[in-house]
Amino acid sequence: MDPVQAWCWSQPEKDQQRQVIRSFIDLDCEFDPFKYNSIIECEKPNNDLNRFRGYIVHRSGRRDGLYKENLLLRGCTVRNTEEAVGIVIYAGHETKAMLNNNGPRYKRSKLERQMNVDVFWCVIILLIMCLFTAIGHGLWLFQYGDKRPVFDVPSPDGMDLSPVLSAIYLFLTMIIVFQVLIPISLFVSIEIVKICQVYFIHQDMDLYDEETDSHLQCRALNITEDLGQMQYIFSDKTGTLTENKMVFRRCTVAGVEYSHDANAKRLAMYQEVDSEEEDCTSHGGTLPRRDSVTSHQSGKVVLRSQSTKSHRRTGSRAEAKRASILSKHTAFSSPMEKDITPDPQLLDKVNDGASQMEVMRFHSQSLSQIPSDLSDIIDFFIALTICNTVVVSSPNQPRQKVRRFELKSPVKTIEDFIKRFTPSRLTSGSNSSSLSSLVTNRSSSHRGCSSVLSSPSADSTLNKLDEERRTAANTNANATGTLDHAFSPVPASLDGARSPWAAAMAEGELRYEAESPDEAALVYAARAYKCSLVGRLPDQVTVELPHLGKLTFELLHTLGFDSTRKRMSVVVKHPLTDQITVYTKGADSVIMDLIKPPPTDNPKGKRQRKILHKTQNYLNLYAADGLRTLCIAKKVMSKEEYARWLRCHLEAETAIQGREQLLFQSALRLETNLHLLGATGIEDRLQDGVPETIDALRKAGLQIWVLTGDKQETAINIAYACKLLDPEEEIITLNADSQEACAVLLEESLHYIQSKFLCGSSPPAHPSATKQQQQQQQQQFSAFHLSPFSCSPAKSSSSTSSSAASSGPFLVHRLGLVIDGRTLAYALDRSLEDKFLAVARSCRSVLCCRSTPLQKSMVVKLVRNKLKVMTMAIGDGANDVSMIQVADVGVGISGQEGMQAVMASDFAMPRFQYLQKLLLVHGHWCYSRLANMILYFFYKNAMFVALIFWYQFYCGFSGSAMIDQWYLIFFNLMFSAFPQLITGTLDKDVSAETLQELPQLYMSGQNSEEYKPYMFWMNMIDAFYQSLVCFFIPYFAYADSNVDLFTWGTPIITLALFTILLHLGIETKTWTWMNWASIAFSVALFFTVALCYNASCPTCYTPSNPYWTMQRLLGDPLFYLLCFITPFTAVLPRYFYRACQGSLFPGPVQVGRQLDKLPAETRRNLLSLQWMKVGSFGSLFGPRPSFFPFPRGCGPRSRQPHPSSSSSSSSSSSASSTSKKPEAPDSTLNSNSLETWTRCPSSKPTVNQHTTSAGGVQQQDSGQPPSSPSPSASSPHPDSKGEPLVPPTDTDTLPYTKEPKRARGAPPSPSSMDPPAFEVVELPSDFRPLGWMTSTPLLAPQPVPQHEGKAGNAQGGAQRRDYEGETSPMHRLLPKEGGAHRAQGSDCEKEHALKTTLL
Amino acid sequence: MMASSYNAKEDDGHHPGASGPGGAAANSKKPDNTAFKQQRLPAWQPILTAGTVLPAFFVIGLIFIPIGIGLYVTSNNIKEFEIDYTGIDMSSPCFNCSQNFSWNSTTPCKCYLPFSLDQPFESNVFMYYGLSNFYQNHRRYVKSRDDSQLNGDSSSLKSPSKECEPYRESSDKKPIAPCGAIANSMFNDTLVLYYIDPNGTRTEIPLVDKGIAWWTDKHVKFRNPGGSNANLTASFQGTSKPVNWNKPVYELSTDPENNGFINEDFIVWMRTAALPTFRKLYRIIQRKNSMTPTLPQGDYTLEVTYNYPVRSFEGRKRMILSTISWMGGKNPFLGIAYITVGSVCFFLGVVLLIIHHKHGNRSSADIPN
Repeated sequence: MDPVQAWCWSQPEKDQQRQVIRSFIDLDCEFDPFKYNSIIECEKPNNDLNRFRGYIVHRSGRRDGLYKENLLLRGCTVRNTEEAVGIVIYAGHETKAMLNNNGPRYKRSKLERQMNVDVFWCVIILLIMCLFTAIGHGLWLFQYGDKRPVFDVPSPDGMDLSPVLSAIYLFLTMIIVFQVLIPISLFVSIEIVKICQVYFIHQDMDLYDEETDSHLQCRALNITEDLGQMQYIFSDKTGTLTENKMVFRRCTVAGVEYSHDANAKRLAMYQEVDSEEEDCTSHGGTLPRRDSVTSHQSGKVVLRSQSTKSHRRTGSRAEAKRASILSKHTAFSSPMEKDITPDPQLLDKVNDGASQMEVMRFHSQSLSQIPSDLSDIIDFFIALTICNTVVVSSPNQPRQKVRRFELKSPVKTIEDFIKRFTPSRLTSGSNSSSLSSLVTNRSSSHRGCSSVLSSPSADSTLNKLDEERRTAANTNANATGTLDHAFSPVPASLDGARSPWAAAMAEGELRYEAESPDEAALVYAARAYKCSLVGRLPDQVTVELPHLGKLTFELLHTLGFDSTRKRMSVVVKHPLTDQITVYTKGADSVIMDLIKPPPTDNPKGKRQRKILHKTQNYLNLYAADGLRTLCIAKKVMSKEEYARWLRCHLEAETAIQGREQLLFQSALRLETNLHLLGATGIEDRLQDGVPETIDALRKAGLQIWVLTGDKQETAINIAYACKLLDPEEEIITLNADSQEACAVLLEESLHYIQSKFLCGSSPPAHPSATKQQQQQQQQQFSAFHLSPFSCSPAKSSSSTSSSAASSGPFLVHRLGLVIDGRTLAYALDRSLEDKFLAVARSCRSVLCCRSTPLQKSMVVKLVRNKLKVMTMAIGDGANDVSMIQVADVGVGISGQEGMQAVMASDFAMPRFQYLQKLLLVHGHWCYSRLANMILYFFYKNAMFVALIFWYQFYCGFSGSAMIDQWYLIFFNLMFSAFPQLITGTLDKDVSAETLQELPQLYMSGQNSEEYKPYMFWMNMIDAFYQSLVCFFIPYFAYADSNVDLFTWGTPIITLALFTILLHLGIETKTWTWMNWASIAFSVALFFTVALCYNASCPTCYTPSNPYWTMQRLLGDPLFYLLCFITPFTAVLPRYFYRACQGSLFPGPVQVGRQLDKLPAETRRNLLSLQWMKVGSFGSLFGPRPSFFPFPRGCGPRSRQPHPSSSSSSSSSSSASSTSKKPEAPDSTLNSNSLETWTRCPSSKPTVNQHTTSAGGVQQQDSGQPPSSPSPSASSPHPDSKGEPLVPPTDTDTLPYTKEPKRARGAPPSPSSMDPPAFEVVELPSDFRPLGWMTSTPLLAPQPVPQHEGKAGNAQGGAQRRDYEGETSPMHRLLPKEGGAHRAQGSDCEKEHALKTTLL
Repeated sequence: MMASSYNAKEDDGHHPGASGPGGAAANSKKPDNTAFKQQRLPAWQPILTAGTVLPAFFVIGLIFIPIGIGLYVTSNNIKEFEIDYTGIDMSSPCFNCSQNFSWNSTTPCKCYLPFSLDQPFESNVFMYYGLSNFYQNHRRYVKSRDDSQLNGDSSSLKSPSKECEPYRESSDKKPIAPCGAIANSMFNDTLVLYYIDPNGTRTEIPLVDKGIAWWTDKHVKFRNPGGSNANLTASFQGTSKPVNWNKPVYELSTDPENNGFINEDFIVWMRTAALPTFRKLYRIIQRKNSMTPTLPQGDYTLEVTYNYPVRSFEGRKRMILSTISWMGGKNPFLGIAYITVGSVCFFLGVVLLIIHHKHGNRSSADIPN
């Protein structure tokens, strides 16, 4: 942490420029720590990375302010300079980096939290057992009264204990005897399993990124299973969903759009390469596994496919790899970003303009004669080139050396300004005599030491001399005859071999290092037009222009970007015009407001307005294309203006108090009355596979929220691009100016959602309209068949967490919610957060734009705490850190934005798309493995302890154990430890392929289906049953025999071992050789240990003294007979239950396993079909393949909108107008109306909007008979049930009722409504396996129709009749629903009434 | 020289280690594509459905039922006779003796219990005494012994283990041999069996008191102090007899091979029973020849020298005569258990068959196994 004596680049998060403290700039001798003597006063160590205040008190008493620009943070990479000298200010744990690091938050996974509850139950069971035994012992003793029997041994001193005292002692004894019930070893085993899981995640090739040679890192070792239980994902956008590689796409200059078609083609080519690569990798990735299932040839195939894969990968990625190597030195540069194909038209114009300028310059004419559009173009590119903080370096000399001899500080004083901007012909004569001693330029030849610093007055004379010399040198150097030294395009010192720029040019390639990728993209774009930035120094920027050659702009000020101003500016002295010019670059919204309003009277003004108008249009177009837009503007200042401004600015700069604020105001004063040059559109490219990943995750039932700092339009566009928002879904946009407005908006949205979905129910089947009826059936059918899988996380959470106060709908609708940062701030207010959540949770996707890091974390916290759901936050930048830390699982993308997010994260991965496999496969596996292992552990311990417990009834509750103490110790530790660890580590309930292809299987984890509270108790009951069997079969077999204690106990523990191994066998889903080996090892180990132990010492091991016991037992046929019957009897119920479960009510996971078993070929076909179907489901009723023979569920619903869309567009617009009418009078809503808009990103304007007005207007598209395709907003609804509201029976509205949610109100979102998609699969009739797969028994009433339906469907459309017949059970079920329905109806009426009063 | 050769060696050794089996570049973090690391080990994935487990149930049923029947028959072929001589009832011959609660009654109380065997007992007959309600498995009772003392360790003989408290030292501070509660409470009734000929003569049936303990116990675990041939009286010099015993340990038997710690009755007693109702082998009645039954049908008399008080804890004493088979004594339980479990399995198999037939038949045809 030190101020540095050089310009340097640090990379805590982004490249940020750091500055040398001003006084140090003046210090031009070597910094000598021994001689330097000043006092630094600064803040106490704090964790605010963005703030540092302090000052240096020099010996002279001068104080220099220190700001964050002067501070190098720990962990920074210093770039662009070879050496840095500094003073350490904070060290060790006082550094900001350390203070920001709160230490790893110890996270407990949900599973472990659940488990802890059950551990607690175990303790209670233990205490109950101990208490029971103690009381039993007391009673047992009591019955003998005073006459103590011979076997009741008195205490060593010969005293008889009273029954009560004995009972108390025994209670304590039993705690020790039964303590195995508290699964201490479970915690150890869990840790071992987790480490193995982490190892496997690390080793997964699919999570390895060749490009960066990095794989997924699990930084948190103890929450892997949480990955399988995620419900909400909060994602950053830039760098997470997108690559954070900015690619210049198009621009508009002076109202003319240059579309850069060639560039677009080039980019498309990149994309193609990528996608082809994807193809081949996925091919290579899945093939071997598929084959390995089938046959022994697999090995060969694996090898071959692997080699082709790697070959292709390396081939196609060679370029990328090279780029990545390069980018180790240079941030933000890949060939995609750098090589921009210029638009020929614009290139011509640039050339044209430049050559004209050249001519002008040559003739010393005023540049104003150049046509304004050409000069605009030139200015535009100059602005692109210099209005940034990009620093240039060359490849062979990566760190640009700062040449002291030409380093001038930016204008620091008025005098400096006067000196530098008064033409030299005026000042050179009188020289700088008028300058005050404050002139602080320094000279290269000056080798004064720190004394200079402390004695500025002495310095001044030297400075003066120096000034003279330099001016003279400059004038000499500019032999071209230019009068003004500042005009000199290329300072002499820059020419020649010494100049690194020249060297770099010779190399042919310059590297640009930028704070943000946007800047780099723009600079590269400008370079494509031959306007290349060749050098940048603190006080000047050198640009090479066509024809004009190198021009050096004196950089007077750089007003850096800040998020409030949303723009940056540079103030330069234009070398051609000698004018002070301000170039401003910023967000269109702010720049457009700052444009000087063109005069209305003259044609020029008209033209200006036209340009403005056009540019705005283009900007909208860009935004619609998902491009990041920036406006470029300039302003020419007169010297007087500048001087005026400068005075204020210098005051601001030197101020110690409130410097930031003053600088901000100063910048605001400068950036006014701008002249618009043009605008650029930069594409933030999506990462590979992001839409697919989001699609899959969503199908897995995950709610994905995007929290971004980007502006609304960009965010929405990216959201469309990555399929987060669907073109066919409505979007609720919340933009509010005030708390009240926000409240009203939320209220409106809530009502809207409720009116649209909550009371929505389809009209009853009309017997005459067959089509409609059919559709009804289908809807009911689909609604019904989904019900068994209450998959929607929102729904499950609602059922689990009644604390979620919102009474709003819990189902996820086909709605998107877009909210901006300001509104979010209001919405996150305590009073509104419930409402906000109610709205947000019912939307399928939520997009928070313009959100600050704090808001991000607040949103995550809100969702996590209020909805009691598992949240995951994923981001790549420092602004995501807080969110990552707050979430249950934080994922960092180790991308371009440094390591802060990674440091804070639990998992760090190179690419967003890995999230799919991480969650769907590893998460699922980790969760199900661990859940099963924990359950098994509880079972095992309970079963083991219960054996001893039962024995207490036969030993006078004396705490005696029939099992040798060493067996007791070793049982958990050795005998039964390995198989469960192997199973816990390696068991795969469903194969990775199936898990990825059927993301729906993920829901089992979300709903904690592997580990539910009742399962613990079921396991306990099973454990007690099994222990009863294991105890009483030997008991009766040896009853009234001459068996001794340990000869009887040894078979029991043997039986227990066999039983728990068999039990494990039933619970093991995949048997690899390791499972077999571990079980065999366990058994062998037990017998070996027993035999050795029993043979080792005849007199040791009191009291059991098991000498030769096992040996005798092995010779006893009874022992074998017991070993045969007991384990079987013990696991019989579980085995039977599992078998019935597999047949009668298989869970989705089991069906997935069945799918796994199919031969590769069949499975592939099946899955491809399913994938297609799932896809059609999943893309929310996107265009369905037309060959889907039966219009089940969403089929017609998805297709129908299109024909009706055109007709309904008018109706919907009318509907929307009606819907807005009531709002219109509400003045507060004028500015921030609740928008419901429908998006169609593609050119096809399918308006598929259904706005149900709050007044109870309903609209029906597909559900209605074709005779009334466009429903009038006021038409009374022909609902026989008299429901006031019938929402559109369109794609997005399945009948939704509040109460019979489970029965029929299946959420329309695919995530929630796609039960494991094995249901509806169309297959050629020869695909019988499908029938098998879907053949689930009819016993349970609920799954019946779906499965039967499925089966019917499976055989294709021809079997429609079957299908209908089979759906009939549904009809039988309908009345029941009807009841609920009616109840709902009244509910709706109430709602309706409420609404009407409201309006 | 040394150094260089060493370096070369190290290089050699290092190189193959660095480049992984997949031929990956040395520094690449790329994971190996092995079946284990990629979790693709070939695996058997049984899916438990009615159809798949069906055979298992039938097979188990079909195996268990015959075993059960076999066991049941075997158990039924075992002859067993049991007589309770506790003397609870007034009518019982041992009633008078049972009123004596004292351990150290000087006058032996004898009682005679007549009984008759309906069937002759073939082959060797094992004579047991059975105790009920005697918690030999009580935690403190089980511990109360010193195995090294019983193994003939002389130091343990002089100072027995603390586990034996309070039966470690006698009141005159002599160490008790054998110490502990187990030894102290040794069963000390004497049972003698007489066969009453149809003509009324009473013949004592020879009872073998050897071979009733485990061979390992007799020869390994239990040893007399001072070696096998030493004078036991001398060896046990300075020790005291257990409180409840009438005579010291070296007077348990006249047979030097069966005296002291290696007295088989003692060894049998020291092997603590698992359950409160237990029997312990007392004597063996060797079959004389294959022609005559060991115990012919007829009347017998059991002569009990009643020493062991059980009334205080409502215990029962029994004498059991039993033949044994390969599976031990008479116990029909295991056979019944096998038959029951087998039947249940069979029944469940049928249930599964029905389930399978109703709901899984479509699948079974298609399970492409």
